[in-house]
Amino acid sequence: MSTVSAPTRPRHLLDFQDWSPERLTALLDNADTMLQVLDRPVKKVPALQGLTVCTAFFENSTRTRTSFELAARRMSADVLTFAAGSSSVSKGESLRDTVEVLTAYKVDAYIVRHHAAGAAHLVARYSGKPVINAGDGRRAHPTQALLDAYTVRQEYGSLEGKKVAIIGDIRHSRVARSNAELLPKLGAEVVLCGPATLLPADLAALPGVTLTSDPRAAVRGAHAVMALRLQKERMGGGFLASLPEYADTYQVNEALMQHAESGAIVLHPGPMNRDLEISSEAADGPRSRILRQVENGQAVRMSVLYHLLVGRA
Amino acid sequence: MSGPKATILTNDETRRALTRIAHEIIERNKGAEQLALIGIHTRGIPLALRLAAKLAELEGVDVPTGRLDITLYRDDLTEVAHQPIIRDTQVPFDISQRRVILVDDVLYTGRTVRAALDALIDLGRPAGIQLAVLVDRGHRELPIRADYVGKNLPTARGELVKVRLHETDGVDSVELWDLEDVK
Repeated sequence: MSTVSAPTRPRHLLDFQDWSPERLTALLDNADTMLQVLDRPVKKVPALQGLTVCTAFFENSTRTRTSFELAARRMSADVLTFAAGSSSVSKGESLRDTVEVLTAYKVDAYIVRHHAAGAAHLVARYSGKPVINAGDGRRAHPTQALLDAYTVRQEYGSLEGKKVAIIGDIRHSRVARSNAELLPKLGAEVVLCGPATLLPADLAALPGVTLTSDPRAAVRGAHAVMALRLQKERMGGGFLASLPEYADTYQVNEALMQHAESGAIVLHPGPMNRDLEISSEAADGPRSRILRQVENGQAVRMSVLYHLLVGRA
Repeated sequence: MSGPKATILTNDETRRALTRIAHEIIERNKGAEQLALIGIHTRGIPLALRLAAKLAELEGVDVPTGRLDITLYRDDLTEVAHQPIIRDTQVPFDISQRRVILVDDVLYTGRTVRAALDALIDLGRPAGIQLAVLVDRGHRELPIRADYVGKNLPTARGELVKVRLHETDGVDSVELWDLEDVK
C-alpha cells in the first residue's frame, strides 16, 4: 500500500506551522475522494468507525459546526456535541476542567472553536488528543482556508501562480490570516485589501503576501476574489466613517470584478452581509463559488479528520 | 537484497492463467452479458482490463470495467505505520443488476476483499459478486474464497508473493520471496 511516508505526521491542525506543502497537497488530493463519497447513494465510509469526535464550540457557529459534525458522521465516527452556552462553562467551569471531563468520556479527538486565540492549543495540551482548530479568536481558522484553497484549486487545477485577493475587515479576520499563511505555501500569491484602519501592517511580513488599500489594485490579475464579512459588531472603535462609504469603496461587485482576470471567481466564507461587503449580483452570479465552498468544506473536513485520526487515535 | 526463492508464474504462464480464468468466467456465467469487472488497486486494475479484453475477444462483448480503492474501508489501518494515500475509485456504470467480478492480484487474509465487498455494496446492489485472483496464497483470516484462481500457492507467513505486471512494473511475473530478503 502506498503511504505518505513523511516521518512527522502532524498530530493537530491548529494552524499551518507544522504542515508541509506536500502534506497539505495530499490532504487536498484526498478531499477529491471525499467529494466522490458525497456523490454516492451511500454517503458514508467506515474509516473512523469506533472513534468519538467532540465538537467543543465555545462560540456561536452554525455552518462550521454542522459541516464538521456531518464530516465526522460521513466517516462513521460518533459525534459528541458540546455547546458551551448550555454547559457548566456558564457556571464558571474552566476550559481545562471542561476538557478533562470530556476526555474522561473517552473522546478521541476535539474540534474546537473559541473566542480566545490559542484556546485550541490549550485543549491539545490538556486532552493529549488530536485537536482541530475550528476558529480561535482572530488568530486562525485553518479548515476554512483549506476549503478556500481547495475551491480555487478545483477551478484552476492548481494554486501555483494564482493570485487571490481578500478584501474587507482583515484586522478581525482569522479567515484572512489562515489564508495568508496557507495559500503561499501552495504556490499562490495573496493580496490583502481593506481600509488602512482594518489592515494590520504586520501581515506584510508573511511570505507571498502584500497589502493594499486600493481594491482595484488588489483585484488586478486576481483569479479569485474573496469578500470578508464586515464584523459590524466590532466597528464601534472608529474603524470606519460609515457603512455606506465602506460599501461604496470595498464592496465586491461586478464593477470591481471587471478589473480581475476574466473568469475570476468570487468567494465568501459566510455568513454574508448582502449588499454591504458583497453585492447580491456577485454573490448569486455565475462567478460565485460560495455554495461550492460549503460543499467542499465537508469534503475537506473529512480529509482533515482522516489525516489526523486514521491509524493513530 | 538476495533474489526470489522461486518463480511461480512466468510471462507466458501469467497470460495462460488469465486466458483460463476468462474461459471459466464465460462458462460459469453462460456468456459475458451483464457482467462487470472491477479491479482492486493497484494490480487488480490491469488484470481486470486484461480479462475484459479476453472476454471481448472470446465472446464479442464489451464488459464494463472499473477501479476500486478500499483504503477507507480497511479494518487494519491502526497497524499501518504511515498514512495510506487514498486513490481513485471509478465505477462509471450502474452496478445494479450486474454480476460484478472483483479482480485482485493476490488473495491472502481476505481483509482486502472484505473491504472491497463493503465498498462495492455502497455503490449499488449488484445481482452477484464473484472474485478472481491471479494467486491464492492461503492464510485466510475470514471466510472468503475466490471463484477463479490463476495459481493456488501454499506459502508460509514469512514469505512474500511478489506480482509484477507489464502495466505497472514493465514485466509479467509472480515470484516467491522470503520477507527478510525484501528490504
